[in-house]
Amino acid sequence: MADPEQTEIGGEPQLRFRNDAATDEPAVTLDAFLDGQTNATAVRLEAGDDARALLAHLDKLSLVEVSFPTFRDGRGYSAARILREGGYLGELRAAGDVLVDQLPLMRRCGFDSFAPEAEIDAAALNRALNRYDYRYQAAADAAVPVWKLRHG
Amino acid sequence: MYKYDQYDQSIVDARVDEFRDQVQRRLAGQITEDQFKPLRLMNGLYLQLHAYMLRVAVPYGTLDSRQMRMLGHIARKYDRGYGHFTTRQNIQYNWIKLEDAPDILAELATVEMHAIQTSGNCIRNISSDQFAGAAHDEVADPRVWAELLRQWSTFHPEFSYLPRKFKIAVIAADEDRAAMRLHDIGIQLVERDGQLGGRVFVGGGMGRTPMIAPEIRDFVTADDLLSYVEACLRVYNRYGRRDNIYKARIKILIHELGADEYRRQVEEEFVAVKALGIDPPKAEFDRIAAFFAPPAFDTASPTSLDRSDPDFAVWLDQNVKPHKQPGYAIVTISLKPIGGIPGDASADQIDVMADLAERYSFDELRVTHAQNIVLPHIAQADLHTVWQALTEAGLAEANLDLISDIIACPGLDYCSLANARSIPLAQKIATRFADANRQRDLGELKLKISGCINACGHHHAGHIGILGVDRKGTENYQLLLGGSGAEDVSLGKITGPGFDEDGVVDAIERVTTRYLAERSEGERFLDTYRRIGMEPFKEAIYG
Repeated sequence: MADPEQTEIGGEPQLRFRNDAATDEPAVTLDAFLDGQTNATAVRLEAGDDARALLAHLDKLSLVEVSFPTFRDGRGYSAARILREGGYLGELRAAGDVLVDQLPLMRRCGFDSFAPEAEIDAAALNRALNRYDYRYQAAADAAVPVWKLRHG
Repeated sequence: MYKYDQYDQSIVDARVDEFRDQVQRRLAGQITEDQFKPLRLMNGLYLQLHAYMLRVAVPYGTLDSRQMRMLGHIARKYDRGYGHFTTRQNIQYNWIKLEDAPDILAELATVEMHAIQTSGNCIRNISSDQFAGAAHDEVADPRVWAELLRQWSTFHPEFSYLPRKFKIAVIAADEDRAAMRLHDIGIQLVERDGQLGGRVFVGGGMGRTPMIAPEIRDFVTADDLLSYVEACLRVYNRYGRRDNIYKARIKILIHELGADEYRRQVEEEFVAVKALGIDPPKAEFDRIAAFFAPPAFDTASPTSLDRSDPDFAVWLDQNVKPHKQPGYAIVTISLKPIGGIPGDASADQIDVMADLAERYSFDELRVTHAQNIVLPHIAQADLHTVWQALTEAGLAEANLDLISDIIACPGLDYCSLANARSIPLAQKIATRFADANRQRDLGELKLKISGCINACGHHHAGHIGILGVDRKGTENYQLLLGGSGAEDVSLGKITGPGFDEDGVVDAIERVTTRYLAERSEGERFLDTYRRIGMEPFKEAIYG
């Protein structure tokens, strides 16, 4: 896996696994976006928001930011997969209490951008992202599940 | 039984490396205890009252002699010479040092073992029928399905930070030996029109709000299994409450949504998930199934037995069950000696059980949710020899499913959550009813003790259950009657005001005395209770 680009945007640490330019448009709330009163292309999902509400609008979006109010709140993992399974190709950013040990799972669920509250140690992240050669299950990343390796 | 290939081994080895890295970062102060806690829990490492406790996974309770010996080795080298088998068919060690934990995991990995997801808010070790592959009444070996689920659930990226822990059981017989409907998901394999599939029950559990899982799907085939279960989990992950830890289990969600609405949402999600192609092909099912093919039984194994030794005959009648293969039997080794600690085994006893499995049971052992060990495939001609070896090792207590075969949580002797001690109470009850004839006269009587409302000792499912509570700073025990974790599943009801430790032992004695006076021919305690209800027992207890 390619090393991410670790930069700062507006003083905030930022990790991106995409080659396109970062969206700098501020993200609007899900309610504001669904109101139809805005041309926003960036939406922020709070942990309790239902990502399925965006499925009809994916082609209008270039950034979806998913909030992790605490690393223990795993709703955002499902939100990410639902968006990727729905065909969303834009930037999918995990924001908030994003820690190095959760980040590989987030990558598997389709997140390709991270706005962690605290800076992530680059060496620990590099080890975490490259540690596992195999994955048991298919998810939203490109990893080939072990059963497919076994049987082609 | 299942053997790792290079993929399984690589994943478990990587996990050891990962945990070593996490422990080093914790010890170096790079991560906080708050951040470290879920990481260590997902490797089965708890911080208890006196030390760290490490819970090692025994997937669906099956292990071989090499693995069993490793458990003994760990008990000797890293603990105080014993281990404790648990109600999730795992083993835990109560005196572990944090800095040793990575080395222990590394040793476990050499025998295809680990501590992955034995705790934490993730999908826990898959449990199953301890008689799988040997039971005369099973439609298939449930462990094939359990292994599919084990692989799917291991480091599942979407479901590693669930609202709460998530427990799955798979059985394949009408007789439920795994408390299937008291799991977050329980699957019973059945045959329909010549095809194998699973009835899926979702939303059972014990804890402070016990519930019996309703049936959510009446038939799911193996090729849809992972998609269906993924849909079940996704609906839970979306809605499961995170504001209140006591309302976060899936049973609460299903209770609040209603089984019909939950089912509707799961079916909707299933349609979407099925299209993703996440189900392994039949070739993978067949690959796993081949590991669970029956061992090379001797079809000429004699079916007669010399019962002339009376002690042996008692043990045969109590602890030995019929096998699907004529000439063989299923032996349950009781880890409940009178006055002992339920579920504990010394390193030497672990070695004895490993040796017996290797020599007489096609190298297989099982851990039961009732905290005993099973030798699943013993030729009848070997039963006496096995019994003699068990007797020498202090492992031949003939009390399976009797009142002294007690399930007990570690309680206040070890656990930081407990309100009351469980172990000394279990010892007192077993000692009170030590007389073997008296126990056998009482017949099947499942007694289960939890030292707090979290119900690790399954007190809701006990024919007689005991719940330890804290009453104004002193230990107090509530008595429950009428629970069952078996196919006749039910939840026990509290008799009335609680007791102190000796008081609850007396109360149990009064309950059993009333049972003996009231029972009809062939009735177990539970049957009598169901027929006559709580009142006569209340009267016996409280006068």
